[in-house]
Amino acid sequence: MSDVRPRIRLPRSAKAGDVVEVKTLISHNMETGTRRDGSGNVIPRQIINRFTCEYAGKMVVDMEMHPAISANPYVEFDVKVEESADFVFTWYDDDGSVYSETQAFEVG
Amino acid sequence: MLTRRDTMALGLGVAAVAMVPGVASASAVDDAISAFTGGAAVADGGVTINAPEIAENGNTVPIEVEAAGAVSILMLAAGNPTPGVATFNFGEGAGTSRAATRIRLGGTQDVIAIAKLADGSFARGAVEVKVTIGGCGG
Repeated sequence: MSDVRPRIRLPRSAKAGDVVEVKTLISHNMETGTRRDGSGNVIPRQIINRFTCEYAGKMVVDMEMHPAISANPYVEFDVKVEESADFVFTWYDDDGSVYSETQAFEVG
Repeated sequence: MLTRRDTMALGLGVAAVAMVPGVASASAVDDAISAFTGGAAVADGGVTINAPEIAENGNTVPIEVEAAGAVSILMLAAGNPTPGVATFNFGEGAGTSRAATRIRLGGTQDVIAIAKLADGSFARGAVEVKVTIGGCGG
């Protein structure tokens, strides 16, 4: 899929030791594999089957996804930030594509 | 109070449920749970699921799960063609054992969450979500 675009929302600022809320969304159809096209053929499944977030090299959340996750999968979770570091977000597509996004985060 | 419009919407919801081609059998749900727990006992309570009581659109239903001290949480939709929804595994960088996402529900059904706690025990929560328009396409 060529139109896959990740979006991340991080808080503006945080102090060391804070727990911050992270919101992520990636544009993706999440084709379930149970739908049929106009001529009655099953549309093959193609979903994001795994999402991970790491902060400062530590795993925050590793999520396994099934077709029951809505199109444009949205995931929200909490991260403990001890120091300024990079967030690395990764989405794994059924077709083998891997979409990755890195964002630096400043802890003041 | 039920208005006439509400009553019609409910009727549509019931029709949509009746049209859902496949609904996971109870054993599929049990199988998914025992694959996650390895057959261990599951205690009731200790898992919070926040979901709308009535979801107008089954294609995108906001769901939040939280279980204090959980290392992973399995989420299942008992009334979908296949019950699997997601598994959240929380790593050492996680601030809480909470996650929120948006899911598809084929009709009115129970959403079940099983949490694996740090001590290796399991806890269960469930909530019924009424769906006006099912979200499994077809």
